[in-house]
Amino acid sequence: MRAPLSWILEFVPIDAEPRVIAEALDRLGLEVEAIDVPGREIVGVRVARALAVRKHPNADQLHLVDVDYGDGTTTVVCGAPNVVAGMVVPFAPAGATLPGGFTLSRRKIRGEVSDGMLCSAKELGLGEDHAGILTLPVDVELGIDVRDALGLRDVVFDLSITPNRPDAMSIVGVARDLAAHFGMSLEIPEPEITTSGAATGEFATVLVDAPERCPRFTARRIEVTMGASPDWMQRRLVLAGMRPISNVVDVTNYVMLERGQPLHAFDLSRLRGRGIVVRLAASGETLTTLDGVERRLTPEDLLICDGERRGQAIAGIMGGAEAEVHDGTTEVFLEAAYFAPIGISKTSKRLGLRSEASARFERGVDPNGVLTGSTRAAQLLAEVASATVAPDPIDEYPAPVERARISVRTARVNAVLGLDLDADRVKDALHPLGIETEGGQDLVAIAPTFRPDLEREIDVIEEVARRVGFDEIPRTLPHTTEQGGGLTLRQRERRLVTDVMVGMGASEAMTIPLIAPVDVAAVGLDPDATVRATNALRAEEPVLRPAILPGLLHAVAHNAGLGFTDLVLFEQGHVFLPPRPGDLLPDERDRLAVVLTGTVQRTPVEADRPVDGYDAVEHLEALVAALELADVRLERGAAPGFSASRSAAILVDGVSVGHLGELASGVAEAFGVPTVVVALELDLDRLLDGARRDRAFRPLPRFPASTIDLAFVASEEAAAGDMLRTLRAAGGELLEDVRPFDEFRAEALGPGRRSVAFALRFRAPDRTLTDAEVAELRQACVDAVATAHGAVLRS
Amino acid sequence: MTTDPATDPAAELDLDAARAAIAAATTADELDELRRRFLGKKGLVARAKESIKTLAPDQRPAVGRAVSTYSAAVEEALGARAAGLGPAEVEGPSLDLTLGGHGRRRGHSHLVTQCRRDLEDVFVALGYRVAEGPEVESDWYNFEALNFPRGHPARAMQDTLYVDLGEPEQVLLRTHTSPVQIRVMESQPPPIYCVMPGRTYRNETPSPRNSPVFHQIEGLAVDRGLTFGDLAGTIEAFTSAYFGQRVRSRLLPSFFPFTEPSAEFALSCVFCDGSGCRVCSHTGWIELGGCGMVDPNVFRSVGIDPEEYSGFAFGFGLERMPMLRYGVEPIKTFFDNDLRFLIRY
Repeated sequence: MRAPLSWILEFVPIDAEPRVIAEALDRLGLEVEAIDVPGREIVGVRVARALAVRKHPNADQLHLVDVDYGDGTTTVVCGAPNVVAGMVVPFAPAGATLPGGFTLSRRKIRGEVSDGMLCSAKELGLGEDHAGILTLPVDVELGIDVRDALGLRDVVFDLSITPNRPDAMSIVGVARDLAAHFGMSLEIPEPEITTSGAATGEFATVLVDAPERCPRFTARRIEVTMGASPDWMQRRLVLAGMRPISNVVDVTNYVMLERGQPLHAFDLSRLRGRGIVVRLAASGETLTTLDGVERRLTPEDLLICDGERRGQAIAGIMGGAEAEVHDGTTEVFLEAAYFAPIGISKTSKRLGLRSEASARFERGVDPNGVLTGSTRAAQLLAEVASATVAPDPIDEYPAPVERARISVRTARVNAVLGLDLDADRVKDALHPLGIETEGGQDLVAIAPTFRPDLEREIDVIEEVARRVGFDEIPRTLPHTTEQGGGLTLRQRERRLVTDVMVGMGASEAMTIPLIAPVDVAAVGLDPDATVRATNALRAEEPVLRPAILPGLLHAVAHNAGLGFTDLVLFEQGHVFLPPRPGDLLPDERDRLAVVLTGTVQRTPVEADRPVDGYDAVEHLEALVAALELADVRLERGAAPGFSASRSAAILVDGVSVGHLGELASGVAEAFGVPTVVVALELDLDRLLDGARRDRAFRPLPRFPASTIDLAFVASEEAAAGDMLRTLRAAGGELLEDVRPFDEFRAEALGPGRRSVAFALRFRAPDRTLTDAEVAELRQACVDAVATAHGAVLRS
Repeated sequence: MTTDPATDPAAELDLDAARAAIAAATTADELDELRRRFLGKKGLVARAKESIKTLAPDQRPAVGRAVSTYSAAVEEALGARAAGLGPAEVEGPSLDLTLGGHGRRRGHSHLVTQCRRDLEDVFVALGYRVAEGPEVESDWYNFEALNFPRGHPARAMQDTLYVDLGEPEQVLLRTHTSPVQIRVMESQPPPIYCVMPGRTYRNETPSPRNSPVFHQIEGLAVDRGLTFGDLAGTIEAFTSAYFGQRVRSRLLPSFFPFTEPSAEFALSCVFCDGSGCRVCSHTGWIELGGCGMVDPNVFRSVGIDPEEYSGFAFGFGLERMPMLRYGVEPIKTFFDNDLRFLIRY
């Protein structure tokens, strides 16, 4: 909503700087997005009269114009063809500045001195017209600032009006709030018209078929003389952001802006059956709106039809071309109505068609102000279109809207706001807004019908707060003793997961969770088993990610394109799996994913090496250690997107929660990643649900340990992790620690076989183990691994 | 070296000679040898102490003191000389440590994560808990329960991404973190003091300030007797905790369906201290987010009696904070995952 200050001042003569008024508007909740001063860039341009126009002696296309600027005369060189003696024009003398920051100086043009220039509309930033010098009315005082002559002193507030304030989508509504704020009275003249001839009903009929959607419909028959509207009206419309069209259309727009009541002028002679029917559209019915688009309608849409029930306008949103007023119109049927907001909103949304009118109707215009708006238009039409207005307007208003009566407790006002107002203060706050009151401490507020947002006590309390000023309410903090803040264990552990990843050298990425079906397929998942957005902004990326990896791989590719190929990135976030049976919402899981690419930098001290699956394991191990998980193990096996021979499932308490290792060949390439990618993706909640190791203290025995190394030769199929568990079981309580320390393959070991060596440390809590005991333990371990994994001790 | 047991054992301890020998040592090995000779198990001091036992009892204290004095002096001389020689050298070639480390890099948490934590910590200190909820929501949680009826123009304030589940437009990507308010109020009785950070989605054309995917943090307090003054005070408290005491806050009337009275809150510009600059469009204020008193209709939708309890809520975009603090722009930078950005913070 663009509100020119001069227009506001017509209703409340505030004497304050625009900046102060803007601040008041902000405090009232009519947020000022911008203060537009159209003439700001025109400095020093004055009104002058051309006294004589002579040919330039040295240039065919130029003239010398003698000008009188009130307190002197001078001569300028001018190239425009339309300047004649006696014309009143904008004169920019040396020193004046034009839009764009161009400052004039006295200079010679083709040998003749020019003391400035005469300006076109374009040069003044007032339009595109560059063909000739702007012509000013001949009665304008010479020498005055051209901004005064053109009304460019005005300031326009560009307001962002919230959906609850339809009344503020009008100059009068803005003026009302300002009048209250500045403690001034609001003067809205009641429009007065003279009518003549037969009653409106003699000329045409109105039938409202859908009164629940159109609770009020009024119409006037007005004879007009079509033409252009006067400058003052055009200027205001332009300042308010509308395009002048014709006197009749301009008046309807002017009244809408001033009073908030949208109007529509039909050419009565083009309404067949000389009447109007308001009805719901038939399914599949079409109507071509003024913008030339054919609109397909549904029975949810309300139509304004002619007397033969043929659609002429989409009610409250946009008219059609057929019955539009035109140059030859002499007889106007002026509609002013109140339409139910929800219906307008639904139709406007479905058709993707918004207009100044629909924006007001969908918020709710004043049902009791409809006829006043119509009368104001008739008054203006009499002034600018020589209108003759028929008496007795048609007014279909079967169930007049009553003003809402709202109980308001002064104690409640104070309880909600944290104030200590008395009842009189509350009433004084409400009255300037047009809210009347009855009663005392517990009062009844009677809301005006132009404030449909006022229905409940809390709505009135908000008005009191607005009038008091939000920043005048003392700031306090809640007094509560019942609550201790803090993070849950799960929240602290999720932070720990991030910290561990960061400590491992990974950097956190955040990727967009909407991805393309091909990305899903590229990591080996089924794109059809996904949840999708129906109206994704990027239509090719509708899938709610079922995994984090695709997004991370795009991030890797993006960085590879920048020359960064050695990366360790992680992301923690939601993935969206199809709903579980009986659920409406997706199975949303919190996941952690890590990707490593390129080389692990060790230079200059050691050599760099390519990343490999063990790097992913290291990240998992760091998590397991930090979280003190009791039972996490890896199990060889394939998973979508991962290489079968270089990856493993992550089992927590025996249940798979994710996968890690090298990506299958072709996966990284599908994302444009040029290097090997090692990754890990796991279900974070299931990881964090895992059993934790016992933290009970155990005595720390001081007896010496016995350390032995065992190297086994076994088939490649025997996983080291499994052998490790076998050793732990065989070693029993006396086995304090065991870890693999060597792996090698050699021809001598036989095909498909390898050697894995383990270091074992035994210790008893109560004695030094004897050589015989250690030998016995060693044999038990060797036998167990031989039995379980077909492994033999390497000699 | 032999000693007559009858003679004074301290007489052999020639301090000057010892000091001269120590001063003449040029290597750590020589010093070690001297230490053994003077102070070792079979050194001069040890032998002297041994021979004290052979003296008459009345002689012992004086001789003992002389031996101790000698021993301490030698110890000091050895120490001083060792310091003069410098540290002992290890085997093997020297290392040029100015080359730098092994190359292990520090990782970085995302700037949004850092900001989220900072804010969570501020609120935890104010007595709040942290709650989360799903990113895909039903119309009920995202709109209806928050007093956005179907067809209400307020819905147009938030362009919604819908999901192909349930009835048309029944399931959506949450447009704000406010549905978590409903979930929290459904799951526990008041008092509630909670902040709700999370990812949110809008079907909006990207711009330097707007991303279709972004993060919000939202606060909710429900208790007996909470007032608009408490809301304003809480906003003041957390903004000054995060941005510093110099930052002031201001509330201007606004509209949100789920709060009434509703306000937008702004901060005095962190760049110009409120005197006006390009960042704050010369207003001295930077709009941060929305807030208000919980609307009675919202309380009714979760079965809380609005006559018994009152509450306030506030929310704002998480990315806004680092955008203001460090000038990060455009907002898409947060989601491009350019390594240079990730490791800068």
